[in-house]
Amino acid sequence: MSQIVKIPQKQLLKRDQIAKRLAADLQGDWVVNIGIGIPTATLPFVPAERDVVFHSENGLIGMGPPPTREEDVDRDLMSAGKGPVTLIPGGAFVHHADSFSLARGGRLDCAVLGAFQVAANGDLANWKVKGASSGNIGGAMDIAVGAKQVFAIMTHVAKNGEAKIVENLTYPPTALGVVTRVYTDMAVLSVTPKGFVLEEVAPGLTAEEVQAASAARLILPDSLRTIAA
Amino acid sequence: MKKKKAATLEEAVSHLRDGATVLIGGFGYGGVPEHLIEGICGRGLRNLTIVNNNAGTGHTGIARLLEEGCVGKIICSFPFAAESVVFKDMYEAGKVDLEVVPQGTLAERMRNAGAGLGGFLTPTGVGTEIAEGKAELTVDGKRYIMEKPLRGDFALVKAFKVDPRGNLVYRKGARNFNPVMAMAADFTIAEVREEVPLGALDPEVIVTPSVYVDCYYVTG
Repeated sequence: MSQIVKIPQKQLLKRDQIAKRLAADLQGDWVVNIGIGIPTATLPFVPAERDVVFHSENGLIGMGPPPTREEDVDRDLMSAGKGPVTLIPGGAFVHHADSFSLARGGRLDCAVLGAFQVAANGDLANWKVKGASSGNIGGAMDIAVGAKQVFAIMTHVAKNGEAKIVENLTYPPTALGVVTRVYTDMAVLSVTPKGFVLEEVAPGLTAEEVQAASAARLILPDSLRTIAA
Repeated sequence: MKKKKAATLEEAVSHLRDGATVLIGGFGYGGVPEHLIEGICGRGLRNLTIVNNNAGTGHTGIARLLEEGCVGKIICSFPFAAESVVFKDMYEAGKVDLEVVPQGTLAERMRNAGAGLGGFLTPTGVGTEIAEGKAELTVDGKRYIMEKPLRGDFALVKAFKVDPRGNLVYRKGARNFNPVMAMAADFTIAEVREEVPLGALDPEVIVTPSVYVDCYYVTG
């Protein structure tokens, strides 16, 4: 059963602020898959000199930023979200079966995915809303089970007030026990064997307010940090 | 040397028939065999099963096949893109069947068919609705579900260059599903931009060897 939670009547982080915070955790030399939608907002916040290698499910290894000149837009060089991109020097093209072999085969250090819900045990729901006859899977199931870490990026609470941080999923799962960290407009959480740990809160919010906006118990760390926004 | 070059678009797609399973390459804008799809529109074909990553966008290509009533079933990973308006209406009206397959599983099922294998074990979909009705096995402590190969009667693929034997090379991200679809069909038709002389393609960079290609049509 879905749980309605309390959203604090305060300024929450904007999409770009969440993306910037997440981007700070993408390490140099990692191979990272960026999902479609809100995850793409992280890309501009990862400096090229950090040399994160972005994988796009449609067979791009070393996806670079969008071209700056209109004449460099190429219909054969698009992201999974179908926006124009570039290829970094030393990038490669592979076909779809190889692209997903790479993902399932454990070569992704991290995947950044949107989410409808994340459960305390790391279960992820992001493909089908409750009660719908079907939905969009895309590459999410393969990428979520294959990546060494899954960072979920989402609003803390759904627009209708339903909790997205939950004890157990009420939406159909995408993959079980895969999410390692969650970045929201209220907080940064890690998923541990004991459940969610509240690591950072957005400026102006308290741990109590974030807990009240969650339908799972949040473990408080020894020192709670404020998100550098 | 077997003649594989079709003189006309009509000739290239002349073998397609009612009830066929048709693998259609492309992802987004790249690697879509637009001419071949248009070539099968307007022929009054019925009950096709279309395999693609999406379920048609706008009113051209696969969406036009849907509108013309040619399609009985779509097998894809992402059916409800914002632009998939024709499919959405027809699906909600019960006029077309849908099988949603995780994208990597979709590609691997076709690669499997092309490789002569009878299925594979994947961790993708374990514990989800995708696993329903499928065998689950645990290998070395890890859970997998069994997926079956997916074979096409026909594949429509798009490539960049072809030589007279039918060897194919692709361009950038337009490669996507095309090589696995080319190997997974009984009859593979390639739409190519340019034909080059025999020997002009470096054997080290040919992605789809000619054995997988039955017919090609040069768009120029």
